[in-house]
Amino acid sequence: MQALEVHTGVVVPLNRANVDTDAILPKQFLKSVLRTGFGPNLFDTWRYLDKHDEAGDNAGRRPDPSFVLNDPAYAGASILLARENFGCGSSREHAPWALDGYGIRVLIAPSFGDIFHSNCFKNGLLALRLPKLDIDALFDFVLASPGTQLTVDLSGQVVRRADGHSHAFEVDAFHKHCLLGGLDEIGLTLQDAALIRAFEDRRRIERPWLFAA
Amino acid sequence: MNNARTLYDKLWDEHLVRAGADGSGLIYIDRHLLHEVTSAQAFEGLVQARRKVWRIDANLAVPDHNVPTTDRSRIDDPLARLQVQTLDANCSRHGISEYTLDDPRQGIVHVVGPEQGITLPGMTVVCGDSHTSTHGALGCLALGIGTSEVEHVLATQTLLLTKARTMRVRFHGTLPAGVSAKDMALALIGRIGTAGATGHAIEFSGDATRALSMEARMTLCNMAIEAGARSGMVAVDETTLAYVKGRNHAPVGAAWDQACTWWRTLHSDAGASFDAEVAIDVATLEPQVTWGTSPEMVLGISGVVPDPASQPDPIRRDAWCQALAYMGLEPGTRLTDIAVDKVFIGSCTNSRIEDLRTAAAVIRGRQRAPGVQLALVVPGSGLVKRQAEAEGLHRVFIDAGFEWREPGCSMCLGMNADSLGPGERCASTSNRNFEGRQGHGARTHLVSPAMAAAAAVTGRLCDPRH
Repeated sequence: MQALEVHTGVVVPLNRANVDTDAILPKQFLKSVLRTGFGPNLFDTWRYLDKHDEAGDNAGRRPDPSFVLNDPAYAGASILLARENFGCGSSREHAPWALDGYGIRVLIAPSFGDIFHSNCFKNGLLALRLPKLDIDALFDFVLASPGTQLTVDLSGQVVRRADGHSHAFEVDAFHKHCLLGGLDEIGLTLQDAALIRAFEDRRRIERPWLFAA
Repeated sequence: MNNARTLYDKLWDEHLVRAGADGSGLIYIDRHLLHEVTSAQAFEGLVQARRKVWRIDANLAVPDHNVPTTDRSRIDDPLARLQVQTLDANCSRHGISEYTLDDPRQGIVHVVGPEQGITLPGMTVVCGDSHTSTHGALGCLALGIGTSEVEHVLATQTLLLTKARTMRVRFHGTLPAGVSAKDMALALIGRIGTAGATGHAIEFSGDATRALSMEARMTLCNMAIEAGARSGMVAVDETTLAYVKGRNHAPVGAAWDQACTWWRTLHSDAGASFDAEVAIDVATLEPQVTWGTSPEMVLGISGVVPDPASQPDPIRRDAWCQALAYMGLEPGTRLTDIAVDKVFIGSCTNSRIEDLRTAAAVIRGRQRAPGVQLALVVPGSGLVKRQAEAEGLHRVFIDAGFEWREPGCSMCLGMNADSLGPGERCASTSNRNFEGRQGHGARTHLVSPAMAAAAAVTGRLCDPRH
């Protein structure tokens, strides 16, 4: 997993609440057996005027100029600013894979869908929550200066703006630890293999029917 | 000190391998269900890291999302075919049981688990699908996970979880005839919103919940995720035990008695405190129908399409405007004046035998309305299909002009050939009315099986009680 400590990049404001994972990556692109290649179809339905049913070559497709990701001011954005309940709905990890494939490293919203939030951290994406008033202030700031960059400091748990303002954020200590180190969570858990085995052995005796083939 | 624990607390404690910092925990997973869309990358990661499946017998795989509901002898879409073949190959390589496409037990994973007794009370149940909350109806801690977590469970039989806050939703009163668990779920989501239970595990309780059948409880828990809760659950009672007894993988003999002794403790203690409480009186509940593009955009059937101008919150007002434009609806339109093009009865929310019986009872002796181009019935599993056929329900549907299909997720998300065209309006017993969910530009109205059936024979959204 890629590590993230301090990230600076263009922030793109997606001013919509309850953006679901079906919108982030529509179902017709879930048929791949790979983890990569989803970036071109991120927000596909909103991003393109012509509809596509196959992943892959987007050459010749017409971007919808009214969709914020297509605004040249936000070209190369790596931070997504969003509204309440971003990533609700389906558990598809293809949604963070698509965001990652597009080049997004940090998501900022007042709240996220629980499964999506967890999925982001497994893929080296920092999904950070800020209070609604901070989010409102960030939207005002970004919309007033399109293309502005934010610096997100995970170690210091602060988002810094070009105008000198900053927003402190909370983050789960374990998520922070993993993201800072780019750590493989499975490898960490397997350090507890003996503990898991002992738990399982005890369970096999106490609740034997759970282990019947 | 108050030692009273909630059901969620009991399930958490039961499976806690190691307590972590700030309320997290390493949680043992009893049952892991797999399907073709979210597992391939997990198996690939496992193999690349040279890891083995920790406990093979804890896993069961069923292809469901991508499978055809017509001819099962082949899958025309090469990508879908590859995905199903990849699941088959991964299961055979790792020795995992799979109900393949030609197995009569195949079906939607959340229908199959409880039906087979693969899901039992008190288990932790996970699957790479958000509607895994369904299994909580049996008194389980059940939650949807992403593909990285699928790999984590395969490799370690555990998950690192943050302990959820708890929400108790008490449904009280007597549910009116013609109103169902689906309506209860939609009414809850209308009340608290799709983020209302984010970060929480919901326990459904109250006399109206207790009075529900297991299938209805599964519908209720299934929709917990649409309220933002990763898990929904119902305490174990005699209804639960009667449902589980005799299932293929349920314990028998002394093991059954031993299990029941524990299962009977799976309820919140008197005096247990919850982080949030919601109470809903179902006695006056109307059949519910969604009018927008989020499950929280829902009203009783006697309502009218709302006017965004009446919405004080600007973000929400924009969402309403976008929803109405997408849905092709005008404010003030009576919901009962909305004509539908297609009807879908199926999905992990409403494809069980009881759902099919309810729908069949509404349409018996009637015909699909001329304006309804397609009415699709997709049973939740091969065994549900077989049961329905034994009861003659398929004849009721077919005689009324419905299509009677093979089991799978089908038009709930339209990954297979069953999807809607642009602008097509569908009364659907599924769980999500998101933009594009059932097809590009498709317009979904979430309803109960009785309402879907009534819409099919009247051609419009209507109160099935009339």
